[in-house]
Amino acid sequence: MTAFTKKKSLLFWLFLAPVIGWLGLLIIIPHIDLLIMSLKAENDMGDLVWSTANYMEFFREPIYWVTFVRTALYSVITTVVTLMISFPIAFYIAKVASNKLRGAYVILLLLPFWVSELVRVYGWMILLRESGVLNFFLLKLGIITTPIEMLYNDATMIMGLVYSSMLFMVVPLISVMESLDDSLVEASFDLGGGVISTTWNIIIPHAKPGITSGCIVVFMLSLGNYLTPNLMGGKNSLWFTEQIYNQFIASFNWNQGAAFGFLLLLLSSLIIWFGLKVTKQTLGKVVA
Amino acid sequence: MIRSLPNPRWYKSGYSIFVACFFIFLFAPLLVTCVLAFNNSNFPSLPWYGATLDWFFANTPDRVGIFHDANNLRSIMTSIQTAFFVSILSVTVGTCAAFLFEQEDFRFKQQLYFIMLAPLVIPGVILGISLLLASNTAGMYFEDSFGLDVPLFRPGFWLVVVGQFSFITTFVTLLISARLKKFDRTLEEAALNLGATRFEVIWHITLRFLRPAIVSGLAVSFLMSFENFNTTLFLVGSEPTLPINLYLQVRDGSTPVINAISLLLMLGTSVFIAINLLASKKSAES
Repeated sequence: MTAFTKKKSLLFWLFLAPVIGWLGLLIIIPHIDLLIMSLKAENDMGDLVWSTANYMEFFREPIYWVTFVRTALYSVITTVVTLMISFPIAFYIAKVASNKLRGAYVILLLLPFWVSELVRVYGWMILLRESGVLNFFLLKLGIITTPIEMLYNDATMIMGLVYSSMLFMVVPLISVMESLDDSLVEASFDLGGGVISTTWNIIIPHAKPGITSGCIVVFMLSLGNYLTPNLMGGKNSLWFTEQIYNQFIASFNWNQGAAFGFLLLLLSSLIIWFGLKVTKQTLGKVVA
Repeated sequence: MIRSLPNPRWYKSGYSIFVACFFIFLFAPLLVTCVLAFNNSNFPSLPWYGATLDWFFANTPDRVGIFHDANNLRSIMTSIQTAFFVSILSVTVGTCAAFLFEQEDFRFKQQLYFIMLAPLVIPGVILGISLLLASNTAGMYFEDSFGLDVPLFRPGFWLVVVGQFSFITTFVTLLISARLKKFDRTLEEAALNLGATRFEVIWHITLRFLRPAIVSGLAVSFLMSFENFNTTLFLVGSEPTLPINLYLQVRDGSTPVINAISLLLMLGTSVFIAINLLASKKSAES
């Protein structure tokens, strides 16, 4: 109670008021409203009443929960693939590349991500589609005789998701690897360790905080992505955010959409909580 | 394996090839987009029919370049206005939050800090629908109880600003907090000893120290707002921002005008970042 009973300066309230306004009005209340709306449905008379109908509907219609499971699964695959590509890249930039080039590499890495995600997805579309640039070159070189549609399948969609969220894995990995003392790697080699055993026993344990924060952010971004599945996965992308969008904008069934939204929020929170528990870290340490 | 160790040739060259492939993967879509903005063809695809600037400057019945495309120009203006308000608002509140969490002590500070971080792990789509629902609820409440029709509560320009502000402020807070952590508080004490009030101390000393972080906070929030799609999608009214407007066009087919816009966007962002980098370097030196 000491901190509370001590008289606060005017300045304290000046700092507190906008922050409470921001977090209370724009974060806490809207999410409580999301939960309330998801628990309301129209009864036979057309009135909104408390009900779990929206959640029952989710479990009754296979298309909904299949899409949900599919989205979760593909987000996990995206996260794993992103980690496997980013890990050696981050290691190269932090430890192998010469010191002079390191800054240049980091800037090169950041550049594409300052451009709108839409522009990046659009680039992939004109590269991969049936009349796209890649098909043009493959035809010219005589490797294929008829153009192949490379868009609108699951593999391309996952590649797109990996591409969109790559940066959020590479950057935390670089910063955690820069803090790795070179002499540990040297010692490991002196003691007869090879590349694989050093990676497994020295580098990965050291990089764990970076791996956790990268995985959490990439997973969350993939789960909540709308653009990439919608444009690169096409009609059969079956991404859960599209179901939410359909309920809100197309069917105008906001209560059903709220239930879907809350389920997605629950899933992402649970997986993040689980990830933090397994690696024994706290949210504050991982994201800040 | 690392710089200081002798590396076998296969390791070095294999690694370099991998990294080169990675950067090709990273830049291929952007490069293709830029190049095809100059192709003299009605579709953004190969073969190459020669270079043209039509997709920037033309104003003929069958080709309208970006500089005459009223629809896209309007959405660019909307995006700039949105980003302007979002960056001002989020830097103001973000600075308050940084002071609050770094320099003040109060009950429930940990809990409030946790809520402040939440927007980082809430998917943008969820934030969008929550705000849409809440503003709708608020709008209905005001209409029923006071007979007031508040435009802010309907999807539109200000709701987009509020929606983007709600999560961008978290990033700005973290950015400014990081700089505030390095601040030597004995400077404040010295100023207080010399008779300054706390407001004067913050105005003349702490905020001056924070200036580089505030400038990059403005830049980061401007860019984040400019390119936001997920949250904006649900809050947008009759004035789409650029990413939304481009999405509507890409979904229904594409023209090289989109390539031209993309190219301009990349140029704009690069210049913006370069200026910001130079500015922060300069202020670090002074």
